[in-house]
Amino acid sequence: MSHLSFNDVSLTYPARDRNGAAQLVLDRISLSLSTGEFVAVIGRSGSGKTSLLNIAAGFQEPSEGTVTLDGAPIDGPGTERAVVFQDDALYPWLVARDNVAFPLKLRGVGERDRRARAEELLELVGLPTAGNRRISELSGGMRQRVGIARALAAEPRFLLLDEPLGALDSLTRSRMQTFLLNVWTKSGSGALLITHSIDEALLLATRIVVLSPHPGRLAADIPSSFAADILSGTPAGDVRASPAFKRMHDGLIGLIHTASPEEELAA
Amino acid sequence: MTLTTHLPQSYGYVPDVNAAQAKQTPVRKRQVPIALVSLLTAAGLLLIWAATATAGLVSPIFLPAPAVVAATLWNLVTVGFVDSTLAEHVLASLGRVLGGLGVSVLIGVPAGLAIGMSRIGRGILDPIVEFLRPLPPLAYLPLIIIWFGIGEASKVTVIALSMLPSIIISTAAGVRAVPKDHINAARAFGATRRQVTLHVVLPSALPSILTGTRIALGTGWSTLVAAELVAATRGLGFMIQSAAQFLVTDVVIAGIAVIALIAILLEIAARALERWLAPWASAH
Ligand SMILES: Nc1ncnc2c1ncn2[C@@H]1O[C@H](COP(=O)(O)OP(=O)(O)OP(=O)(O)O)[C@@H](O)[C@H]1O
Ligand SMILES: [Mg+2]
Repeated sequence: MSHLSFNDVSLTYPARDRNGAAQLVLDRISLSLSTGEFVAVIGRSGSGKTSLLNIAAGFQEPSEGTVTLDGAPIDGPGTERAVVFQDDALYPWLVARDNVAFPLKLRGVGERDRRARAEELLELVGLPTAGNRRISELSGGMRQRVGIARALAAEPRFLLLDEPLGALDSLTRSRMQTFLLNVWTKSGSGALLITHSIDEALLLATRIVVLSPHPGRLAADIPSSFAADILSGTPAGDVRASPAFKRMHDGLIGLIHTASPEEELAA
Repeated sequence: MTLTTHLPQSYGYVPDVNAAQAKQTPVRKRQVPIALVSLLTAAGLLLIWAATATAGLVSPIFLPAPAVVAATLWNLVTVGFVDSTLAEHVLASLGRVLGGLGVSVLIGVPAGLAIGMSRIGRGILDPIVEFLRPLPPLAYLPLIIIWFGIGEASKVTVIALSMLPSIIISTAAGVRAVPKDHINAARAFGATRRQVTLHVVLPSALPSILTGTRIALGTGWSTLVAAELVAATRGLGFMIQSAAQFLVTDVVIAGIAVIALIAILLEIAARALERWLAPWASAH
């Protein structure tokens, strides 16, 4: 079992001009994610969710504090943490299969082996015939699945997902949620999912973290058990309809609201 | 229509209808035939030219008739002018322009990468590009001739220099436009700096580099013809310049027509190259 931990992580963006003030975006965040866990981070726009994920990925260095992987501080991005981006970040000059095989190519895996592996992964994400398609020929949902297959190709211990389903219509989105949950269970990795949707967080996560904005602080860290119901085959509609789900949902809405200063909401 | 037959291990994901078929380019509505209008314009101009010349309004020394020019063109192909056939003149010119292109791509693409990727590279190279860019190539041609003589080296150098700014600038612009996520994704998959450059930055900038190259080719071609007017013993510019000295106006006009035709062909070839090397950029 592996642990990815934020230890008192703060992030300050410097002032844009001489009159501006430095902006504290994340304020002493301590959070730990283990393999086998699915942690959803919710919070209002601008609360620092993407910043948090970028720090976990190693794209951004924290101003204070450290991120450690099994106790050792991380030093930039690493193959044990794979990222799925909000706007897919697939390479348009590569066909779907070569996008999926990209992490393997960087690692020096031979042409034939990485092709075979990429085809397997495309089959896994429900796109068995899309290998030769250009990215521009794929729909948004198909692209996100290719992006997830590419992340899985790196065989990461942690999947970092920045609103990967944000741009999808609600029907595709709910299909993709079930899909994501299954991929995560099979892969045995730890998942960190940024989302705007309380509903999505409740359906997928084993833990829900609420970030309050300006500066981003941990407002709550709550276990959730609805993902287990989904995995055992209960339709998402039935899970949503249960009183327990509604109670949690309302509670989280309340948390996000009280965690946000009034003038913020008015703006 | 049948959907995909079976999805082993597809993890509960039901493929949607979209998944069964690729998106295709929508069928365009019928367009106004602009090409036809252009064609008619060209035919009209040709007619006016023919009428003016045959009516004897202008001396043939200034304006030979289209038929005369056509005959001259055939003569240029079969017999030639000043010791070389038309094909030899064309090849001499094309060779120089392609040589210059090769040199400026070899220098310009790495220079553009340096400007786009490194602050120090930008600091060093930006002023040089900014100095070279607005300079008319014919202004430095005499200096190049002093340095390299009137042989091939000086012509290729001038052409390469004239092409360099647009190749460097388009490469640097392409590099700066690489989406940050594209680079971050590669870094997360363990790419080294060299791998990021080779597998992400270069392909991402390629459409921009190719566009710059196409524009450079146009610049290079016009520079070349001008350079050949000054110093050459073969080539299209040299051909019309010598013809002009003896008032062989039909050769001059035929030469101009060939120069224009080749400029168009180069443009078409460059566009084909863009479509071939960067099909994703023109896909939508
Ligand atoms: N490069 C940057 N320079 C300065 N400030 C930044 C930068 N990136 C983000 N910020 C600021 O940091 C704060 C948090 O941004 P972040 O993108 O992490 O929010 P978020 O929770 O992901 O928002 P959203 O839900 O809209 O994606 C915002 O107020 C934003 O203005
Ligand atoms: Mg964000």
